[in-house]
Amino acid sequence: MITAEEIIKPENLVYTKPKLMNDTHMHYCPGCSHGVVHKLVAEVVEEMGMEEKTIGVSPVGCAVFAYNYIDIDWVEAAHGRAPAVATAVKRLSPDKMVFTYQGDGDLAAIGTAETIHACNRGENIVIIFINNAIYGMTGGQMAPTTLEGMKTSTCPFGRDVKLNGYPLKISNLIAQLDGACYVTRQSVQTSPAIKKAKKALRQAFENSMAGKGTSLVEFVSTCSSGWKMTPVQSNKWMEENMFPFYPLGDLKNE
Amino acid sequence: MSEEIRLMKGNEAIAHAAVRYGVDGYFGYPITPQSEILETLTELRPWETTGMVVLQAESEVAAINMVYGGAGAGKKVMTSSSSPGVSLKQEGISYIAGAELPCLIVNVMRGGPGLGTIQPSQADYFQTTKGGGHGDYRLIALAPSSVQEMVDFVGLGLDLAFKYNNPAIILADGVIGQMMEKVVLPKQQIRRTEEEIRKECPWAITGKTADRKRNVITSLELDPERMEQNNIRFQAKYRTIEENEVRYEELYCEDAEYIAVAFGSSARICLKAVEIAREQGIKLGLLRPITLWPFPTKIIKEYAEKVKGFLSVELNAGQMVEDIRLSVNGRTAVEHYGRMGGIVFSPEEIVEALKEKLIKE
Amino acid sequence: MKQEIIIAGFGGQGVLSMGKILAYSGLMEGKEVSWMPSYGPEQRGGTANVTVILSDDRISSPVLNSFDIAVVLNQPSMDKFESKVKPGGILIFDGYGIHKVPTRTDIHVYRIDAMDIAAGMADAKAFNMIILGGLLKISPMVKLENVLLGLKKSLPERHHKLIPMNEQAILKGMESVVKL
Repeated sequence: MITAEEIIKPENLVYTKPKLMNDTHMHYCPGCSHGVVHKLVAEVVEEMGMEEKTIGVSPVGCAVFAYNYIDIDWVEAAHGRAPAVATAVKRLSPDKMVFTYQGDGDLAAIGTAETIHACNRGENIVIIFINNAIYGMTGGQMAPTTLEGMKTSTCPFGRDVKLNGYPLKISNLIAQLDGACYVTRQSVQTSPAIKKAKKALRQAFENSMAGKGTSLVEFVSTCSSGWKMTPVQSNKWMEENMFPFYPLGDLKNE
Repeated sequence: MSEEIRLMKGNEAIAHAAVRYGVDGYFGYPITPQSEILETLTELRPWETTGMVVLQAESEVAAINMVYGGAGAGKKVMTSSSSPGVSLKQEGISYIAGAELPCLIVNVMRGGPGLGTIQPSQADYFQTTKGGGHGDYRLIALAPSSVQEMVDFVGLGLDLAFKYNNPAIILADGVIGQMMEKVVLPKQQIRRTEEEIRKECPWAITGKTADRKRNVITSLELDPERMEQNNIRFQAKYRTIEENEVRYEELYCEDAEYIAVAFGSSARICLKAVEIAREQGIKLGLLRPITLWPFPTKIIKEYAEKVKGFLSVELNAGQMVEDIRLSVNGRTAVEHYGRMGGIVFSPEEIVEALKEKLIKE
Repeated sequence: MKQEIIIAGFGGQGVLSMGKILAYSGLMEGKEVSWMPSYGPEQRGGTANVTVILSDDRISSPVLNSFDIAVVLNQPSMDKFESKVKPGGILIFDGYGIHKVPTRTDIHVYRIDAMDIAAGMADAKAFNMIILGGLLKISPMVKLENVLLGLKKSLPERHHKLIPMNEQAILKGMESVVKL
């Protein structure tokens, strides 16, 4: 019988996961964007040679356990407070590369004040923002970013802007702030998109170490479970419905 | 900077002490009657001398979460506020306790509930000693009754916080914060180096090196059995603190027939009441808890066998009195005298209350 | 030896800073001191008062209900504090703005027309130092040299040039206080 070790030889490898990604079984649902973004973070940190200097701040939300998957030091913040936590870590240890990893509920609802003020102070941190227009971890409730008409468990007949207000384009808001040097909107549903997103992420991390101010990378993402779709349907739905409202590209790059 | 004698407000003293004790970071938000702490720090500009970070946060909520992040990095960090602001911090304090991080919180209490008043009060005793935030946790609570103790307890609070990896709180009030007294400022301590932090706080997020596993600061544990184990560990730590860290002061207690129990500014006013009572031939003593948690239960229990009664004197509706009653456990009379909402009692009032409630002749 | 003093008047009359200078002077003299202000909105235009204690021993309460000395600079403060002077104690008031002269006979009452003198000195800011001079004349609790040292400590460096003027005001106050 051929063993795995006999097949997986360095010369046979066409693809490998970054060393910083450990073997912990991920809790993310099939088709979720988190896994890809995690991998990109690990790759960029590794390629920059910053493994021993990077501190992640995980949120409350689906990515709460991000610290289980990427082998760096982490601090798990209270809901919405990651930018405040990251502010202190970076200011007290300026040689560290510090990022937050937050969802839309965490970043754009309960943590709006922390997000805006960290960006406005121009904290030299990276904010990674997963926008899937829904609360994933708690089971698919309406988020500040939920699209008009979109159904969730707390707007079962679709988001009514008269009742719930409008979907929040928080990145556009952040782009207005003098402290934010780089605000970009990316996605990870195709190989070219992933390639582009990685480049953006690398620039954001480089900005933070160059002391240029706050960089925010929004990932327009899917939530197959919350949206009650297959992964393929989710990607299609995202392209058709999310992208027109949350168009991809740089909102600010100074 | 060497040792130095100065005249200053309690709030200013906190700020000077923070710099002198080598604090790495202070994160605050203005609120009366403690804004001088942040004001004094920004005037001292310690970032130019010791390298201490001073930051005005966007809210008390952000400030305590900055403390959480800084503490997670193994740094000596602190925040300060007054009652309504400390209520806002409670979520963060619970997280800090749950993640077993050392830090220092200062509450210069004012009258409540709600927005209340800006005048002195001690109505946050329950909040401080019984939890405040969610979950079974304790704060090491120090109650300064002089401006000198505002200085000393910054050092003591941080020492205890780091000794037990637990948040410590200085529970002061508007009187202690706003009054000026003579203080001796300690010699300037040098802030710890990164190397020292790595050694002293191996759990801290100092950047994962090849020689150790990743460090994760969190209070989250979804497996209830493991979460219970965490709680059992916390409780064992709290019992150790109760065993080792009780602090109190006894004044005129030796021959006392009655004992007033009071902390912070109330203890100062009570001491005057003791002087007045003794002039009138009443043998009144004063027991001043310095640590509100751990509470000086044992000594109160001992006195309960000897005295005719205790008078708990607090600027609230009767909070610490419950802990005195638990300690006394029915052995002798326990009464409470308090003023509320920012009114401060006079020494004479306390003597009258003693006569009315306990002596009853 | 212990002196328990209340200084009370309008915000802006220099009540708190006079108390501060007195406390600093006590510190220079090697005494235990405490300075406890009323704080809050009343600082900004309403009535303001400060309790200053100078003592050879540990000070118990910084908050008091009866005083050895009351320095009263407006009528509301007179209404509030006349009754709180200990029997045998001292009450000093500024004649300006007091329309009901104290009636107690078991205390020593002094008057000092500091507002008029300050106007004469063409420096209204000297007002509280004139009062302080009057107080020190009646109750010499600290030496003048220590008051000057206290002034130096409590004033920012840029105001040190004002110290001679303050000294003059203190001396003027010492000459001007009269017993009723």
